[in-house]
Amino acid sequence: MADTDGKNGGAPESKTPAGNGRRSTLAALLEDSKAIRQRAIEEIKALKQPQKTVLWKSMFRVKHDETARSRALGVLTNVFLHLHPAKINRDAVRYSYTWGMGGISFYLYIVLVFTGVLLMFYYHPTKVVAFRDILYLEHDVPFGKLLRNMHRWAAHLMVITVELHMFRVFLTGSYKPPRQFNWVVGVILLVLTLLLSFTGYLLPDDQLGFWAVTVGTNMARATPLLGHDGPFGPQLGMTPFNDVRFGLLGGSIVDANALLRAYIWHCVALPIIASTFMIVHFWRVRKDGGISGPAPVMLESEIKEPRKL
Amino acid sequence: MDWHQLWTILTTPDNIPITALLFLVPFYTWYGLRQALANDRLIAQLEANPEMAKTHHRKVYPYKPGWPREVHVWPYLLRIELLAAIVVTVILMVWSITLDAPLEEPANPNLTMNPSKAPWYFLGLQEMLVYFDPWMAGVVMPTLIILGLMAIPYIDENPLGNGYYTFRQRKFAILTFIFGFIVLWVSMIVIGTMIRGPGWMWFWPGQTWDHNKLIFEVNRDLPDIAPFSYIPGIKTQPVRGLFGAAVMGIYVVLAGWLIHKLITLTPFNRKIYARMSLLQYVVMQFFLITMLLLPVKMLLRLLFRIKYIWVTPWFNI
Repeated sequence: MADTDGKNGGAPESKTPAGNGRRSTLAALLEDSKAIRQRAIEEIKALKQPQKTVLWKSMFRVKHDETARSRALGVLTNVFLHLHPAKINRDAVRYSYTWGMGGISFYLYIVLVFTGVLLMFYYHPTKVVAFRDILYLEHDVPFGKLLRNMHRWAAHLMVITVELHMFRVFLTGSYKPPRQFNWVVGVILLVLTLLLSFTGYLLPDDQLGFWAVTVGTNMARATPLLGHDGPFGPQLGMTPFNDVRFGLLGGSIVDANALLRAYIWHCVALPIIASTFMIVHFWRVRKDGGISGPAPVMLESEIKEPRKL
Repeated sequence: MDWHQLWTILTTPDNIPITALLFLVPFYTWYGLRQALANDRLIAQLEANPEMAKTHHRKVYPYKPGWPREVHVWPYLLRIELLAAIVVTVILMVWSITLDAPLEEPANPNLTMNPSKAPWYFLGLQEMLVYFDPWMAGVVMPTLIILGLMAIPYIDENPLGNGYYTFRQRKFAILTFIFGFIVLWVSMIVIGTMIRGPGWMWFWPGQTWDHNKLIFEVNRDLPDIAPFSYIPGIKTQPVRGLFGAAVMGIYVVLAGWLIHKLITLTPFNRKIYARMSLLQYVVMQFFLITMLLLPVKMLLRLLFRIKYIWVTPWFNI
């Protein structure tokens, strides 16, 4: 206070000590607010360049200038983009080569996780209310019908895109060395995609799902050695109450336990397993040298002799 | 012609993916093979002209010396990914707004759906149930499909065609995969979805699904058909089982011989064959012989009404 007074030299009206004090305080307050206002204006002006702020810098860590280095760093220092290299083969971005099916499959998986989690808020995996929950979703929950439709169609679409992805990888010979093992991981992911879709089929607890799962799991009773209807099953002591089908359904018929098991496989176990394999799949794409091509064509005369064991 | 029946099948919400497959699979097959043929023309050109092969950049895409070989991921890849995500989202939104996911009556174990079908992606397996017992169609075959797919990179010794579309350099591999994927997997799904009606009977597109349709077809086992039915003791085990084992043995030898002929058909095929180890060869023969069993049994059933080849007290094939 005293400092401010001294700097301003006091107001001319200030005669009495009491009045002087009151007036100078008021003036000082006005001065202060002016200074604060000035500072606020300056700071707001500075916001026109948000990338200069501490907040921005702390989030993104690197400058985003119009330079090649910044572009590369923008990809490399971002947790969501760091699976990408900074630069790729100029032809690898062609849709005609990749068909984009792998990336679309992953995107659909994200859509499915998102819509699936939202659906979980409205769904109880019990025989009494499961079907009613679906009716509730369809008729009362805001956008519930859209949510369920999107989840189902994205699941179907994902099966198609995963199969087309496999088809493309085969046609381009991308499973050849050094990418053999990633093809194996991909086959596991295909199986997991089908299992995820299949376990979800039962959850509405309607006739469609019930009979589809009955047909599906009836095959398990015919498992050789492990099913009570399968070759050598009865000889090994398999009955409807201890075979592999019993393990899948948690009972000898598709009932409450089967619903709960399907729910847990569908919402917890399989997504975790699938996510793990996906992480490995994407990691291996990078570690095996990025996507396979389009590579320069090789001629028959250039085949090297195979390595002998 | 029952157009209404056809329309009902094609537009059942859960059948839309198969209707989509009918367009997507042929399109992408054409799309891939078109590029394969373009590359094949380039390969033929380069093989005819070794001087050109030394300097050519070896792709069908335009390239001039001095052009950068690599581009930045941001923006050249990420913008495509963003665009793809938007397009997929829009497709999914429109699809979800216009078509409702199916919801039938509450599950009722006392009321069997007819036809009761598995989800569409398993209809190939369900269709296989017509030709094989459940332990084969539902357990052994799917397991072998998965293992066989996993084995592909380890039995394909052809070093050509790594990272580019080609047909000429990988004829056997590509034709085998197309046979397995399109002829066996996708077409069986289409049959299971569109052709099979009540009682899992065959209804041509446009034929009315008649729930009272009965077909008096007698499927017989191979040992019961002349001339094999005259073999003494063929009606009883163990002759019946041993006969089946012998027929299966003959099938394995014949199929193996046919496959061997195919993989040593051309000089190039023989060159690749020479690179294969014994283990690779045996594994490949095993999977291909098993795969061929499906069309063989389909033909036996559809042409000769034969149910089982090999009848034993424990299992039938």
